[in-house]
Order: sequence, then structure tokens, then C-alpha cells
Amino acid sequence: MIDTVNGSHQEDSHRVVERVARESYGRLVAYLSVNTRDLASAEDALSNALVSALTHWPQEGVPQNPEAWLLTAARHSLIDGIRHQQVVLAGEPALKFLTKTSTENTENTLSPQFPDERLKLLFVCAHPAIDPEMHTPLMLQTVLGLDAARIAQAFLIAPKTMGQRLVRAKTKIRSGGIPFEIPQEHELPERLDAVLEAIYAAFGIGWDDMAGADHRGRDLAEEALWLARVLLQLMPGQAEVQGLLALMLHCEARRSARRGPDGRYIPLSEQDPKQWSPPLIEEAERHLSEAFRQGGPGRFQLEAAIQSVHAERARSGRIDWAAIVLFYDQLLKISPALGTRCGYAAAVAEASGTEAGLAALESIDPDAVSNYQPYWAVRAHLLQRLGKTPEAADAYDRAIGLAEDPAVREFLLRKRG
Amino acid sequence: MQFALMIYHTPEEFDMRKNDYTDPRLGAWRAYHKALVEAGVYVAGDALEVPETGTTVRVRDGKRRVQDGPYADTKEQLAGFIILELPSVDAALEWAARCPGAALGAVEVRPLAKEALRRGFTG
Repeated sequence: MIDTVNGSHQEDSHRVVERVARESYGRLVAYLSVNTRDLASAEDALSNALVSALTHWPQEGVPQNPEAWLLTAARHSLIDGIRHQQVVLAGEPALKFLTKTSTENTENTLSPQFPDERLKLLFVCAHPAIDPEMHTPLMLQTVLGLDAARIAQAFLIAPKTMGQRLVRAKTKIRSGGIPFEIPQEHELPERLDAVLEAIYAAFGIGWDDMAGADHRGRDLAEEALWLARVLLQLMPGQAEVQGLLALMLHCEARRSARRGPDGRYIPLSEQDPKQWSPPLIEEAERHLSEAFRQGGPGRFQLEAAIQSVHAERARSGRIDWAAIVLFYDQLLKISPALGTRCGYAAAVAEASGTEAGLAALESIDPDAVSNYQPYWAVRAHLLQRLGKTPEAADAYDRAIGLAEDPAVREFLLRKRG
Repeated sequence: MQFALMIYHTPEEFDMRKNDYTDPRLGAWRAYHKALVEAGVYVAGDALEVPETGTTVRVRDGKRRVQDGPYADTKEQLAGFIILELPSVDAALEWAARCPGAALGAVEVRPLAKEALRRGFTG
């Protein structure tokens, strides 16, 4: 009897540790590092606290407030660490801050009122002084607690290298004087854009299209959605945050429709809308209309709007390509990225004819697209439609050769014939 | 910087070569090669015959030891190699991920030895 109780007790506490770690990781890291700027130490302290929880909670029961317990344990670990280092000058203010706050009895209070500093942490991760390539990996590690090996998988970097780059970025934050603060009004749009870009980079799907463009699956869609939701919670009413969330939700809604039962790749225009997720589409639409109500749509809202027109096919049975072209026109004015230009050309081909689409595509600088897979996929598709078979085969080869997803490669090989 | 992409095949992939080279999947390799050449990164490369055709030679204590088959007795075997000229290992990993061989078997990316060492070998 006692054994059974203990058994389930133990199982429960393990699950609680996992849940608290997931929900509170970023909050705790942010709070522990906001004054010291020392992310690595905060993460180490928190992981010591989590290990400690795994030994204490099964025996003593899960504390009433697990998050507060972890915070106290992590603080103690931090203080020990600082004492061990005997960093007298640099460590003193941090030590004072920590000892001062750690004497407050937080273990048994129901709601420990420690401020949520994750917004500052997100802005630090995407700070202009940090290599843009490292913005997303830093966020994934410090806000979500993902380990370097997992992040390395997603970003196609050797795990050891990713570990080193993360350490280097954190050292820069600590010693380079990158402040933990929310940017001032005048620099907010630009700084927020970097945060949004970093979240979107975790999502991985660059461009969901009809021609068989390769999307580099980062396999972190869930993490990206979580980050966007956290950001929205911290900055309620920010239109572009809602735009980004809407964009990712629309893409996520189609996840299962993107593959046939045999694993075959199915391009957007051939997907069965019945396979799309109505709740995710509904949520996306809600965020998008709230964002649009604020006027002057930004890049992510426009991208979400394009996806929204595609989603409309579930109801109307048709795609309003003219509307898509209009949104692309606006999008090109703010963000003339390669993906946008290719998407625009594909939309023009549907709205105003294949020749017009090809002309739009050919206005892109050839040097910029030599390794850009979506360009070749769209080009092949349009040339094939015009009956220019040898040129189409050539473009298909380039698209196939640049594809990473085996299903996309198979799809293009079939189309090439 | 030059990198070697060493392509390891599963037995199933080697079997593909038995179909008189008519397997449609060969099209993916041709396309990949084309993309490498068009990108201006291709230096050299070639495919190897199936592992059973290999013979492994060792000389120990002045005695020759000859053995049928490849050097390592593993399921996945070296099937070919490609040498690429690229600015960074990140770029090399990206090309490795695009390699049709990465989808079933594996592609090992390794930098060529430093110029000085290579000159030491080749004179």
C-alpha cells in the first residue's frame, strides 16, 4: 500500500518537475539573470535546482508552489557558485541582490510575486550586437531550455559547434554590456522585428507554395508557436506579434495535409481543405482580424493575410489570386525578400497569366537565386505550363538538386517526367 | 576551403545500381550534381562500385594480407565522394543535407587536410 503510494507519488513529482520546467524555465532564467546578465550561470543554477527537485520532491512531496521552490534552490546554487568563484569585485553586486531576495520566504506562498522578465530576455537574445544567426538558438535555449544538441539538429550545425557559439554569445551578453531592458519607443519597431524574425526562423516553413518549394523543416514549430504566444502575452495588442502568430497558425493548420498517406508531398493548391485544422485556422483568423483593426499592416500581417486567402478555399472552393497579388504588392514594398518575390511571381502567374508570372520571376537578379530552391521550383512549373519542355527540365533539375526534403525531391522528379 | 562529402549507402541503395541504371532515383543524383556545378562549388568527385568488388590489402611483418570485400564490415558502406570548395563548414553541411544520399544512408562532411600537410604528401 505504502509502496503504491510512493510509486505514484514519485511518478507524479517527476511529471510536475517536467511541467514546471517547461512552463517556468524562461521565467526563472530571465529573473535570475536580469541583474547579473549572466545567462550561463542562471541556467546552470536552474538545472541544479531541477536535479535537486527530482531527488527532493518524490520524498518530501511536491511543494505547494513548485516554481518558488525552484527559484529558491536556484538562488542558493547561484550564491554557492559565486562564493566558489570568489569573484570579489564583479560578483559583489550580484551576491547582494541574491542574498537580499533569497531571504524572503517564498517556499510556501501561493503566488510568488516575482516579475516576469522574459520580454527583456527575448530582446537581449535578438539584440543587434549579437550575430543574427544566433538569435533563435539563444531564445530556444534560454527561454525554453532546449539543449544545444537539439538546437544543432534543427539548424544543421555540428552539436559541438552550436554549443561553442551559444557560450560565446552568452559571454558577449555578460561582458559586452548588452542591457536587459525593453527598447525605447523609437527603436521598438526595429528591435521587435528582430525578435519576430528569430521566432519565425524557429518555425522553419519559409514559404508554402504550389510548385514544390522545399521548406526546411526545423521541427520546432511547437516551440515557435509557444514563443509567439509568450510574446503576445507580454506585449498584448502588438499587431505584428498577432500577425506572426496568425501566419504560423495558418501554416500549422495544414501540417497533416502536406503529406499523403504514403508520405507523398502535396503542394498547397492540391491539398484537401478537409485535412486542415479548423480550430487553428479559426485562431489564426481571430488574431489576424484583431491585428488588422489597428491599421497599417506590417510584414507578418501581410504574409498571414496571404495564407488567410488560401485558407478561404476551405469555404469557397476557390483561390482569390487577385487578392493574393494585392497583398504581395504591399508586402514587396516593405520586405522585398527573395521568397516574397518568388511568391509574388507565382501569384501573378495565376492571376494574370503564366507569361506575366515568368516575367516577374525573371526580373529577379540571377546571381541571388542560383542556390535558391523555390525560385527554380516556380520557374520549372511556369516553363512547363508554357510548353517549354527543355528549359522546364533544366529548371526542374536545379530545383531537385537544391531540395533537401526527400518528399519534395520525389514530387519534382515526378513532375519533371 | 575544401570539404569532402563522403557518401555512405545502405545495401538497398547499392541494389539500385543493379537495375541497369534505369532507376528514376538516379535523376536526383544527376540534378544534385548539376546544382553543385551551377553553384560553382564542385571540385571533383566520383562514385564507387559496390562494396563486394573491393579488396583490402595489408602488409604485416613483411607479409601480405589480402582480404575480400571492403575495409570495414558495416551495414552502410562508402559509395562515393565529392570534393567541394566552400567558405565554411556551415555551407558544407547545407550541401550535405541536399545530397540524395543523406535521405537513406549518411553523408560525412570533413575538411580536407590543411594545405601545408597536403603539400607534404604530394610534394
